[in-house]
Amino acid sequence: MPPQLAWRVATVLDVHDETPRARTLVLEVSPWPGHRPGQHVDVRLVAEDGYQAQRSYSIASTPEEATVALTVERLEDGEVSPYLCDVLRAGDGLELRGPIGGYFVWTLDQGGPLLLVGGGSGIVPLMAMLRHHARADAAVRARLPVRLIYSARSQDVVIYREELERLDHRPEVEVTLTLTREAPTSWSGYRRRIDREILDAVSWPPSEMPQAFVCGPTALVESMATLLVELGHDPACVRTERFGPTG
Amino acid sequence: MQTEEMRLDGNAAGGALREVFAQEMTAALATCTGCGTIRPVGALLEYGHRMGVVLRCPACEAPVLRIVRTPGWLRVDASGISFLTIPGEPDEATREGRRV
Repeated sequence: MPPQLAWRVATVLDVHDETPRARTLVLEVSPWPGHRPGQHVDVRLVAEDGYQAQRSYSIASTPEEATVALTVERLEDGEVSPYLCDVLRAGDGLELRGPIGGYFVWTLDQGGPLLLVGGGSGIVPLMAMLRHHARADAAVRARLPVRLIYSARSQDVVIYREELERLDHRPEVEVTLTLTREAPTSWSGYRRRIDREILDAVSWPPSEMPQAFVCGPTALVESMATLLVELGHDPACVRTERFGPTG
Repeated sequence: MQTEEMRLDGNAAGGALREVFAQEMTAALATCTGCGTIRPVGALLEYGHRMGVVLRCPACEAPVLRIVRTPGWLRVDASGISFLTIPGEPDEATREGRRV
């Protein structure tokens, strides 16, 4: 691993909207040392007057892909996300450094089973883990099942919705969605924040000793991590990444 | 809005930590000088501000690590860490027999 983390300019190859509030940027970053699912990049914007704004964005793509994808949620009063979601287009440059992270990371060799708990844009690094898992061969996946619990305000802001539905059909993957603010009348799933009852129903019991990753708004991450430890999970196997008040 | 809702964690300081330590630090285990508990740096609480980073112990709230950037200088107060265990590269860990 190179000791110094240099800022460099990536090229935007493609942008596409995941939801009305979230956009994926597909980047060419050259050279790129590869990354581990869960890692992020720091992005830096410099205004004409020299003012700099810097934010971190989780990598959504797997290490097996040639390009690096970030999924960015637009924050209404954000300094960086409105530019990334509304202005940046294919052909533009984007200054970034990475990959960064060594704690909130998961690769196949770390084993499982895997418990992924996410809220809002917290799904992004978890999706990198799930996509990495999906590329393993069937025998490996069968030994390493995944349960994902994803909390979103409403169906239209569920990021990667169709892909999650497809992955949910795999025998070794279970995806549970809960909609916390509004749901279509046809919705037969959970309609509340993730709580003990939902964890009891759809997550792994502590006896399975899962590797757990919790990501999203700070309040969700802290309540979920506390709950998992209260339920008996080893704190060393519950890894957290807080995204702040929103997401 | 409560400060608690706004806080992040050591993951968000990953880039700054790389600048100071010249290697990935979020998986390093830090012993808090204040209360003695040991946690991965990524699990410390971060209260960021424009000029830098403060990482606090989740157990006792004591500042564990402070990094401040001023023009031409990077200032670090690591007195909140009494001991640090930094893991080797993932490749090394696998060779040492970590269970797959």
